[in-house]
Amino acid sequence: MLLTGWQWTAKQLLKMKVSEIVSAVEGTLVSGQHLLSQEIHYGFSSDLMSDVLTTSSDHLALITGLANSQVIRTAEMSDIAVIIFVRDKKVSNEMVTLARENDMVLIETAFSMFKTSGILYGGGLKPLF
Amino acid sequence: MKFEFTVEGGDFSNAGTASSKIKRILKQLNVDGKLIKKTVVALYEAEVNIVAHAYRGTITADINSQRIDILLQDEGPGIESIEQAMEVGYSTASDKVREMGFGAGMGLSNMKKNTDVLDLDSKVGRGTKVHIVNYLNNT
Repeated sequence: MLLTGWQWTAKQLLKMKVSEIVSAVEGTLVSGQHLLSQEIHYGFSSDLMSDVLTTSSDHLALITGLANSQVIRTAEMSDIAVIIFVRDKKVSNEMVTLARENDMVLIETAFSMFKTSGILYGGGLKPLF
Repeated sequence: MKFEFTVEGGDFSNAGTASSKIKRILKQLNVDGKLIKKTVVALYEAEVNIVAHAYRGTITADINSQRIDILLQDEGPGIESIEQAMEVGYSTASDKVREMGFGAGMGLSNMKKNTDVLDLDSKVGRGTKVHIVNYLNNT
């Protein structure tokens, strides 16, 4: 199918690079320096890992206020590429080690989950449900 | 090929280690990515259940060209009513488990969704067996 100029532009907008996500949320990149040009299409905000485990999309960023190693394990099993920790939740060394083993991007931001989700939704990430 | 792992109850910092190793093995065997994800999500749910509810357990993964067959056996309190445990929202998880982001009563139904075969067998006061099978030609 041939896309019109407007449709083509809209389709291009419906994703963000990791580097764009980091600057949009005024975040700090704590793991995944070599993955800054990776493209992310979807966003999912949750503190409930049981819920995260029901997601089935690739190119997904998880926005969460929960910071423990099970968040990284959950993302590993669900093939989640990027995790954004909101409200200054600090990522531990153990979490960084696990994330590096799995080529995962970890970002810390001071913004709330609501604000982070709003910015990334406006920036082009699509919801899953 | 058979692989065996042990799981310690209550050891949350290592919960998921066995699932992670099995994921790596499946990747090395070039199993389809979607099937790997389905299998390890179900396996991880089951592994977290051992850590959350049991004293200790073993995970045996048997992989051939036809199927991925995983047996999780634990020594623990067992499940009083499997039918009730399968209900979405039903959970006996502790506060500690909930703090880790689990215990919402979604695990068993999610395991069922991600597997071709899910068998549960439990004896109260002794332990639980979870048998998971995913067929390789079913994707």
